[in-house]
Amino acid sequence: MPLTIVQPGRRVRFVSVEAGGDLQSRLAAMGLVPGVEIEVIQNFMQGPFLIEVKGSRIILGRGMAQKIRVA
Amino acid sequence: MRSRITVALTGNPNAGKTTLFNALTGSRQHVGNYPGVTVEHKEGLRRHGDYELRIIDLPGTYSLTAYSDEERIARNYIIDEKPDVVVDVLDASNLERNLYLAVQLMELGAPLVLAFNMSDMAKAKGYEFDTAILSRYFGAPIVETVGHKRVGMTDLLAAIIETAIRSEQKKSPTGVDSAGQENLLGPRGRIPVMNYGEELEKEITKIESIMSKRPIEGKYDSRWLAVKLLENDRELRAKVLSAEVNEQTEKSALHIEKMLGEHPETAIAGRRYGFISGACQEAVRSTIEIRHTISDRIDSVVTNRVLGIPIFLGLMYLAFHLTFTLGETPMDWIEACFGWLGGMVTIWWPEGSESLLKSLLVDGIIGGVGGVVVFLPNILLLFLAIAILEDSGYMARAAFIMDRPMHKIGLHGKSFIPMLIGFGCSVPAIMATRTLENRRDRLTTMWVIPLMSCGARLPIYTLIIPAFFPQVWHTPMLWIIYVIGLLLAVMSAKLLRSTILKGESVPFVMELPPYRMPTARGVLIHMWERGWLYLRKAGTVILGISILLWAMTTFPGLPGEQAAQFEKERQGIRIGTMEEEERSTRIIAIDNKEAEAALQSSIAGRIGHAMEPMLRPMGFDWKIGTALIGAFAAKEVFVAQMGIIHSVGETNEASETLREKLKKSYTPLVGFCIMLFCLISAPCMVTIAVTRRESNSWGWALFQLGGLTLLAYVITVLVYQTGRFFGIGIG
Repeated sequence: MPLTIVQPGRRVRFVSVEAGGDLQSRLAAMGLVPGVEIEVIQNFMQGPFLIEVKGSRIILGRGMAQKIRVA
Repeated sequence: MRSRITVALTGNPNAGKTTLFNALTGSRQHVGNYPGVTVEHKEGLRRHGDYELRIIDLPGTYSLTAYSDEERIARNYIIDEKPDVVVDVLDASNLERNLYLAVQLMELGAPLVLAFNMSDMAKAKGYEFDTAILSRYFGAPIVETVGHKRVGMTDLLAAIIETAIRSEQKKSPTGVDSAGQENLLGPRGRIPVMNYGEELEKEITKIESIMSKRPIEGKYDSRWLAVKLLENDRELRAKVLSAEVNEQTEKSALHIEKMLGEHPETAIAGRRYGFISGACQEAVRSTIEIRHTISDRIDSVVTNRVLGIPIFLGLMYLAFHLTFTLGETPMDWIEACFGWLGGMVTIWWPEGSESLLKSLLVDGIIGGVGGVVVFLPNILLLFLAIAILEDSGYMARAAFIMDRPMHKIGLHGKSFIPMLIGFGCSVPAIMATRTLENRRDRLTTMWVIPLMSCGARLPIYTLIIPAFFPQVWHTPMLWIIYVIGLLLAVMSAKLLRSTILKGESVPFVMELPPYRMPTARGVLIHMWERGWLYLRKAGTVILGISILLWAMTTFPGLPGEQAAQFEKERQGIRIGTMEEEERSTRIIAIDNKEAEAALQSSIAGRIGHAMEPMLRPMGFDWKIGTALIGAFAAKEVFVAQMGIIHSVGETNEASETLREKLKKSYTPLVGFCIMLFCLISAPCMVTIAVTRRESNSWGWALFQLGGLTLLAYVITVLVYQTGRFFGIGIG
């Protein structure tokens, strides 16, 4: 499922992201690799999307969050 | 064994690298020059025992594959300059993610020291590290530090020196391998190797074997290069000219995708994290579960959909307000100083001798440079406010809050910080665009930054507004000017992004550091770094321009007969019968008239006259034109020039006499148009130079220059003509 529908407080696993190689590597460098656990901190309708990955807070644009698939 | 050691500090952004740098180097720092240096870095020196360490603070980076210019600078320094020791500064409370870079440094074979920084926070979070085990995993000594409390510095220095010595020994042919490294040494002997799993290792070997047939630049370790190529590192791909290698890389990449079901980049990243995970499971213990930290609570308010932007605007207003109010006293003081200086020089000169040199010193240099330095307090305060917001961690949130509105106008959330800095001075602002990864975003932001009315334009507004508008209009007028600048920036950005710089914007992904209490030291250093650039501009370019302008406005000087005429008039007054006071007033008046006449016949004056037909549609006359010539080079000079042209003699923007003169000579509409033109038209030459350097393109810099000037012209003409037509402001 896309990351955007996950409610705050829930933990999911990163599966993949629909993006070019560059962006994938960039995300990987920040901790987002397949299998990693993500906790959603904040998810308002059109507002900020805040997640915690490997102990860091990462903030995402909505468009970005939509491209991320989790399970 | 050398007594001088080069140490590069690298690490994730927000890991406290710079604080550590400050703790190590104290005041022995030097911020890199901006013109003509290939690598922009901060350097410092530190003596420890018999050694002198030259420490370089590199920009923060998440990985050795670079995505922004800053990251590129960091990574290229490590790879090309090969420092004696690389210290990776890690945020120990966030170890796993921070170790990603460490793994890559390890693979590179860099002589590595790991600094587990913020170890106090890690302890508070309940983490315990078995540094001996981790050290073996990564092939590097580990030192626990607390940068902002300067804890662990001595141990760190010792580790650095020890690593330098060890690395030296390894290089010598009879070098002995350090016993502690044995467990992890790969086939090549001294570089700890990460195993990527069967499939990837097979492909890596394939690429390597082709590389050995055609040696690529010897500076890269072949295995490391093979991995990077498989990772699709753009820069390195471009450097490899051998078609065979590239072909193999392509083949391998496809093969990996088929076999593992994911891109090689992701596979490689995954394996690295796997390695890290394994190491941490063995060596890191976590005893407390902290879920909702204070940072989170603050964030739920600050990034709140409804409250976020108002809070942000409130903070911005506060920052600006403080800048202007607190800055007044020091500004007056500096002004007085320069005035005194000018007075001293005048007195010191024997009376009556109208030396050119004296004029150069007083009018040209002291006047010109003084006009710039006066605004230093203002600018420093603004940078101070920004430094506090950045160091506390708020700026990251602000960049996020501003991201959506910024996107609507074609900019990036991260564009807003450079734009904010632009209110102080465009030069550090343009340099701040380095954090923007997308080149299009970066170029757009650079182009519109000059529209953020910089500190240099303030004297112009301060001169003109009180001259033409009643007291009650003063603040609103100033506001209007600033807002117009902003609006134009927005529209230009939108226009640029939908025409020349069309394209997808990079999706927003950013790490939010936890909130921290900024240290006085850190904040002051950050403030000074940017303020220094402004001051430097004053000391160099503006000094040069002031001298040039002085020359242009002094030569060729009055033709003999005219000068003689003025002298006759003065004689007449001297022998005439009148009160002393009246006598000196009239002599001064003649002096001023003479100065005005001299200016008319000077080079600048003639250019002004020649330009007049172009200026008329804006309501300007040749006098304004002449003053604008100077302003083109450096805005601050405008006021001084206006003073001279209107024969008020040496003056500054608080001069009542000049204001009266202006009021008599022009209408409020023209006054407004002058401000408008100065606001929009090309910024000072230094800005153009910096744009060219940061964008690496003469074309873009010239486009900025030409575009802004054209925009200024068109808009000012429109405003003036419309105003005249409707009879506004010509009363």
